[in-house]
Amino acid sequence: MHDTAAHRLTRWALRLIVVGYLFFLVIWPVALVAAKTFSNGLAPVINALRQPEVIFAFELTLSAAWWAVVINTIFGVGISLLLVRYTFPGRRALNAMVDVPLSVSPIVVGLALVLVYSGRTGWLGGGLERAGLQVIYAPPGIIMATAFVSMPLVIREIVPVLQEIGTEQEQAARSLGAPSLQTFGRITLPAIRWALLYGVVLSLARSLGEFGAVKIVSGGVAMRTQTATLLVEERYQQFGVVNSITAYTAAFILALIAVLALIIITSLRPSKGLTP
Amino acid sequence: MSIKIAGVGKRFGNFVALDKIDLDIATGELTALLGPSGGGKSTLLRIIAGLEVADSGSVQIQGVDATGLPAQKRNVGFVFQHYAAFRHLSVANNVGFGLKVRKRPRKEIAARVSELLDLVHLSQFADRLPAQLSGGQRQRMALARALAIEPSVLLLDEPFGALDANVRKELRAWLRRLHDEVHVTTVFVTHDQEEALDVADQIVVINQGRIEQVGPPDELYDHPTSEFVMSFLGPVTTLDGHLVRPHDLEIETHPFDNAYPGRIERFNRVGFEVRLDVRLAEDHEAPPVLVTLTRAEATAKALGLGVPVWLTPVTNASKVRISTAVPTSAISDNAVPQPSFW
Repeated sequence: MHDTAAHRLTRWALRLIVVGYLFFLVIWPVALVAAKTFSNGLAPVINALRQPEVIFAFELTLSAAWWAVVINTIFGVGISLLLVRYTFPGRRALNAMVDVPLSVSPIVVGLALVLVYSGRTGWLGGGLERAGLQVIYAPPGIIMATAFVSMPLVIREIVPVLQEIGTEQEQAARSLGAPSLQTFGRITLPAIRWALLYGVVLSLARSLGEFGAVKIVSGGVAMRTQTATLLVEERYQQFGVVNSITAYTAAFILALIAVLALIIITSLRPSKGLTP
Repeated sequence: MSIKIAGVGKRFGNFVALDKIDLDIATGELTALLGPSGGGKSTLLRIIAGLEVADSGSVQIQGVDATGLPAQKRNVGFVFQHYAAFRHLSVANNVGFGLKVRKRPRKEIAARVSELLDLVHLSQFADRLPAQLSGGQRQRMALARALAIEPSVLLLDEPFGALDANVRKELRAWLRRLHDEVHVTTVFVTHDQEEALDVADQIVVINQGRIEQVGPPDELYDHPTSEFVMSFLGPVTTLDGHLVRPHDLEIETHPFDNAYPGRIERFNRVGFEVRLDVRLAEDHEAPPVLVTLTRAEATAKALGLGVPVWLTPVTNASKVRISTAVPTSAISDNAVPQPSFW
């Protein structure tokens, strides 16, 4: 193909459009958050991070995200295997259900969880509360809401890889004498490891940033059920430079963790073609 | 008997894959399960391996009832058509997998792996990943991997099906030599009659979930007991209500005893071979009779287009009477198209 002037022009125009789109939608706004965070220098940022409410919010966010990711990894691998390896009545329905958290607004998820697990009005909540487990307005509810919204991310990464590798390697392992657990550990898991890791990181990033569902189920009480995203919202709405710097600092750190995770995983992941 | 199959049946929905199969496979032999695609031969192999569960019947491997045993407890080596290489493991680790699972000492595994890699001529590729091997090399690796566990029987499912023609011929000669060295009871599935005739000690012809005939290659080729076996194992033509091989016909340019008169309608030379279509004088409705002979014979007899000829099957020709219930066209529909080899 000739590299004619027209071709070059088109290519540059396309690049400009894509970069411009990303700039106005993503890069500029996020950069502004960073700029706002450090608008008064480093000292207010450090002061913001020293507030016990902020420390607590990040601890709660991280622990909720951690448990949500653990739950999603175990169930994600299980559901993926179920979807790909077995045929059963309702498989298509299950396959469609997996995507529900992506399409339904997190607010709706939060309301739904309250309906089931609320101590006063929920179907199950009363019984659970009498048994000593408070779900709504407590960490279990936060974890559930977070796990719910990030569930499809692991599954949607693993399923195509499982489909692609097929079952022959697993059959070969079995015929060579490997019991099911060893077949899974030595053959299936290594084959899906990059997809799984990528799904986990996406799921972690999504979990850290969850807002809507968590707001409904947690109540957002500072030092008790306020996560980092809820703290950002609360401080942003209050008056004063200290509050707004705190909001921007928390937002900046949330974005930083997510971006770092994605950068690490992208650089770790081998280029396509070498390893599946 | 190394493998004893009794009354094995298998259905997939309404489709009968295997219909009460009985089969004995002798120790140390190289047996081919031959038949058209969808005839049930792969299903039978997978049932022997424990990768598929039979609906009925039993499977014995070396005198042990294996019917209820899961695949990992049958000690059966299985080689897949598409290699089933463990993509994340090196060639050496692929071969050593079965031994590692059996918790053998590291030293023993290393020794056995290097011995097997020598056997399949892959020693210099021990540290490569399967993706860096050619198809033929991957299949040899899969064979070494299956042999590593010292299986009671070695099962190969269309082992050369995914390879190109030259590599296929090379590998099957190699498999024959390997089998003569290792002497493990081997069963392989193929739909290629040439492959079965070339390599196997015994051929089991399977069609539509049933065994058509079992025997050594020569016996099956020379004395087929059914129209299906006759037409599946080699080229056939119809003469006087019988299926005969086109190279089993005697053709002369003068009348002789019991010969059918006709006229050469098509004269086609392919390499060293001459193929003739002879239209019989008696029966103009019937399709022409196909006759093949060497070019030297055709020249010596001065055969050519339009020449009047007389023909009859040679003595000892393989012949199968065509049953009136089954029209010949049904047979050719069942049979896989003849390979260009003939």
